[in-house]
Amino acid sequence: MKVTIKTLGLAAAVGLAAAPAMAQEKLKVGLLLTLSGPSAVLGQHARDGFQLAVKDLGGKLGGRDVEVIVVDDELKPDVAVTKVKGLLERDKVDFVVGPIFSNVAVATQKPIVDAKTFYISVNAGPSNLAGKSCSPYFFATSYQNDQNHEVLGKVAQDRGYKKVYLLAPNYQAGKDALAGFKRHYKGEIVEESYIPLNTLDFQSELAKIASMQPDAIFTFMPGGMGVNLVKQYRAAGLADRIPFLSAFTVDETNLPAQQDAAIGMLSGSNWAPNMDNPANKKFVAAYEAAYNTVPASYAMHSYDAALLIDSALKATGGKTDDKEALRAAIKKADFKSLRGDFKFGANGFPIQDFYLVKAAKRADGKLETEIVEKVFDDYADAYAKECTATN
Amino acid sequence: MTEIAETPSAPMPSLSTRFEIVPIVLFAAFAAAPLLAAYSGAEGYVLSLLTRVMIFGIAAMALDLILGYGALVSFGHAAFLGLGGYAVGILASHGIEDALVQIPVALAASALFALVTGAISLRTKGVYFIMITLAFGQMLYFLATSLAAYGGDDGMTLSSRSLLAGTGVLKNDFTFYWVCLLCLLGAYAFSRSVVASRFGRVLRGTRENSIRMEAIGFQPFRFQLAAYVLSGMLAGLAGCLLANQAEFVSPAFMTWQRSGELIFMVVLGGLGSLHGAVIGAAAFLLLEEFLPEILHSLSFFLSEEARSHLAENWKMVFGPLLILIVLFVRGGIMGLLRRPHHG
Amino acid sequence: MNATLLFVQALNGLQFGLILFLIAAGLTLVFGVMDFINLAHGVQYMVGAYLVAAFSAWTGSFGWALLLALPSALAFGLLLEVLVFRHLYDRDHLDQVLATFGVILFLNQGVKFVWGAAPLSVPVPDLLSGSVEIASGLLYPVYRLAIIAAGLVVAALLYVLVNHTRVGMLVRAGASNAAMVSALGVNIQRLFMIVFGFGAMLAGFAGAMVAPILSVEPGMGDNILILAFVVIVIGGIGSIRGAFLAALLIGLVDTVGRSFAPNLLRLVLDPAAASQTGRAIAPMLIYIFMAAVLFFRPSGLFPVKR
Repeated sequence: MKVTIKTLGLAAAVGLAAAPAMAQEKLKVGLLLTLSGPSAVLGQHARDGFQLAVKDLGGKLGGRDVEVIVVDDELKPDVAVTKVKGLLERDKVDFVVGPIFSNVAVATQKPIVDAKTFYISVNAGPSNLAGKSCSPYFFATSYQNDQNHEVLGKVAQDRGYKKVYLLAPNYQAGKDALAGFKRHYKGEIVEESYIPLNTLDFQSELAKIASMQPDAIFTFMPGGMGVNLVKQYRAAGLADRIPFLSAFTVDETNLPAQQDAAIGMLSGSNWAPNMDNPANKKFVAAYEAAYNTVPASYAMHSYDAALLIDSALKATGGKTDDKEALRAAIKKADFKSLRGDFKFGANGFPIQDFYLVKAAKRADGKLETEIVEKVFDDYADAYAKECTATN
Repeated sequence: MTEIAETPSAPMPSLSTRFEIVPIVLFAAFAAAPLLAAYSGAEGYVLSLLTRVMIFGIAAMALDLILGYGALVSFGHAAFLGLGGYAVGILASHGIEDALVQIPVALAASALFALVTGAISLRTKGVYFIMITLAFGQMLYFLATSLAAYGGDDGMTLSSRSLLAGTGVLKNDFTFYWVCLLCLLGAYAFSRSVVASRFGRVLRGTRENSIRMEAIGFQPFRFQLAAYVLSGMLAGLAGCLLANQAEFVSPAFMTWQRSGELIFMVVLGGLGSLHGAVIGAAAFLLLEEFLPEILHSLSFFLSEEARSHLAENWKMVFGPLLILIVLFVRGGIMGLLRRPHHG
Repeated sequence: MNATLLFVQALNGLQFGLILFLIAAGLTLVFGVMDFINLAHGVQYMVGAYLVAAFSAWTGSFGWALLLALPSALAFGLLLEVLVFRHLYDRDHLDQVLATFGVILFLNQGVKFVWGAAPLSVPVPDLLSGSVEIASGLLYPVYRLAIIAAGLVVAALLYVLVNHTRVGMLVRAGASNAAMVSALGVNIQRLFMIVFGFGAMLAGFAGAMVAPILSVEPGMGDNILILAFVVIVIGGIGSIRGAFLAALLIGLVDTVGRSFAPNLLRLVLDPAAASQTGRAIAPMLIYIFMAAVLFFRPSGLFPVKR
């Protein structure tokens, strides 16, 4: 341990000595993502998206050479806190980009913003960080967690579904998901079923759904749970009889495993790989060429995060020391988002369009989500009004 | 078969007679670290990492008290970390922010939980004891995930560190470091005196042969239960500190994987010496933190892409490392340190 | 809660229990006969699932994949035995736990290294892909019935093997007193290898069977391992009969309890509180069940005589 401190001290000393020698120091960006455990694939999409953007921008952000430091939060909030302190104080990063999971975001927001470092979320958007615990140093290129669920609630309401069955894992994000759905859906909820996290087998739920005969089901079942549910839902013969609405369940991270079982299932999203604009087409093609898989929204959010940092630094002439100027430049969001319309609300969360998307098979046999219709236009989240810290 | 941890390597403590170099060096290193941290240019990070090491050191030491000296393998000890953490978090969210209230509450809660679950668990032996302690740990874990008012699964952020007698001194990282070091020293001194006492000798006696202890008039159950309660309280204290270090509490503090990690820390460091557990905690946490970087810099001869690939897959090195330590280094790190003395 | 639903849930519980049994059987034998705690047993289940995924992508047929996966799982188990586990038999339990945990870390990361982090999928074989209608509007997938059938067949085979063959007799004797068996001139090393390889293959078989209905992903063996330990502890270590009964009990308690706990609580609480409490209690049920069993029977339901 003494060795560690000494090497650290040495490294820092060398760093200090070397710093004036260079004309302009490298910009440092820390990527804090979940890269181990069952959910690692989400972190990989986000990491690859960011690095693709850096490559596309010629290895520079805002004209400065960039060093990307990737750390794995292991999905343990307290481990993440320590790693964040390492990024802030040892690596002296200028931006932290990440995380995937809300519990990591909640745990790490305080140390990062206390250090007056900008924190750009590429997925997690828990309600308190959008609302009463918002910070002028916290931005999201993703969404507030509830919003994708709200899309499905609106769709269920507009399509006139009378009875809906809700299903979510028994944890905070699951409860938030169902609350988000209910914001716009006013019909009858025949059952609000919470199953234990990491449930493998949904047969008992499927039996209940079959016996209740709802007009649709809505579910939030991320990761492997979503793969299992979709395959089992199809196998039980329910997919053709009861529409399957979901969020974070049928997406490009899960589709390679869900395969044909998912085709036709509906989701809510702020983007889809088939979105029709030149930048997005180029992004999807480049991503597939580099990583041999269709990008999910996590990759898009972090590609956008890199574009955002690039645009802000261009506005400040590459400088990061004037925090107010940098914040103003970030807030402008003066970049061309892959998803089209994009601007920041007062709480640092996006105001953007949301779509109903559907899983489909492309001509080349790969699966992706494709846009069905726009559900919300320039849509802001419900918690922005509780945010007072950023004005 | 029923004795889970036959520990031939555990030394009889003879601290009164022999000058022990390892713990002195260990604690001196902890005491010197803040001075060095100030020169590292990243003192907040170094302090926070070492504070974490000391906190897990207390928890691992608490486990060693029953594992190394009583052969009681608790696979649910992370529950006490959670109890301590949630005592701080829940009280703070109701406006009771003083550590002088929080810590006694946490200790009382841990003691009560340990008393009830220990009384039930100690009816069983060996692997059955492991599993029943796991069961109680899991119950508490699922209880915490269902506490929607306190953040449920996401956990909750503390608005700031606890107050100490109405003052905010703990908010300073250095002060907090020293407080944790004091707690570690206090816990160590306390545990040493426990294992050196008549109580500790009876406990070790029950480890070796509980029937014989019963025959000479001791009731092993009482001694084991008392040790279990003490151990739970120490781990609860570590939980209070951990919540303050992370400024955050969540059910992730008490997953069964965390309980497993505590056992590994103790075994890695070497059973039954108390400071071995602290060394084990330090080795485990520092490897977890630095192995990716060590791999990255050791593989300088590979391409940059292969290096980052290696760093990302550090667990593929960590796993075999654990296996090798077990196969070739008997008695953990303490076994390694002890070897030169014995010739 | 109507009778049909209860029946379906009982079927689900049975199926889950049988999968647990396939995993627990190997675990309890290895533990009972060799006195060896093998945390890496769960990754053998994962490896079985990955093997079947890889082979079915290669051959395009689940049947061939299963045929190839079983000997591969066996070979893999034996490889681990020779490389790592053999050196741990005479160590204390804590060393075994630490080293086999190292194996878990390595293999969880290893499958990710080889196959990527994204979950893989295995198509349900065509022959078994339909559903049968067991009540009006209530379909039950044929494949799940096939799992139940396969589980029962394996359990029966195991019963015959353990109770009516010479190897089985040695295994039973080994579970009671391994030193004595060795003293009687039995090649204990070979017996250990047989038991170990067989256990690994059973776990691999369980993984292969669930691959078409569950997602195949790194770490899929970790949670099931804990459940398998719960099963063997409730059943009594070393007892196949105990493992079978305990696996079915756990399967039923978990599946049925989860669906009906809120309904039962509604009898004593108001609906909102019942659903809230039911949700909190449901995941704890199997642990409460285990604690209760061990409280009354500290060595499990069927302790092996020593």
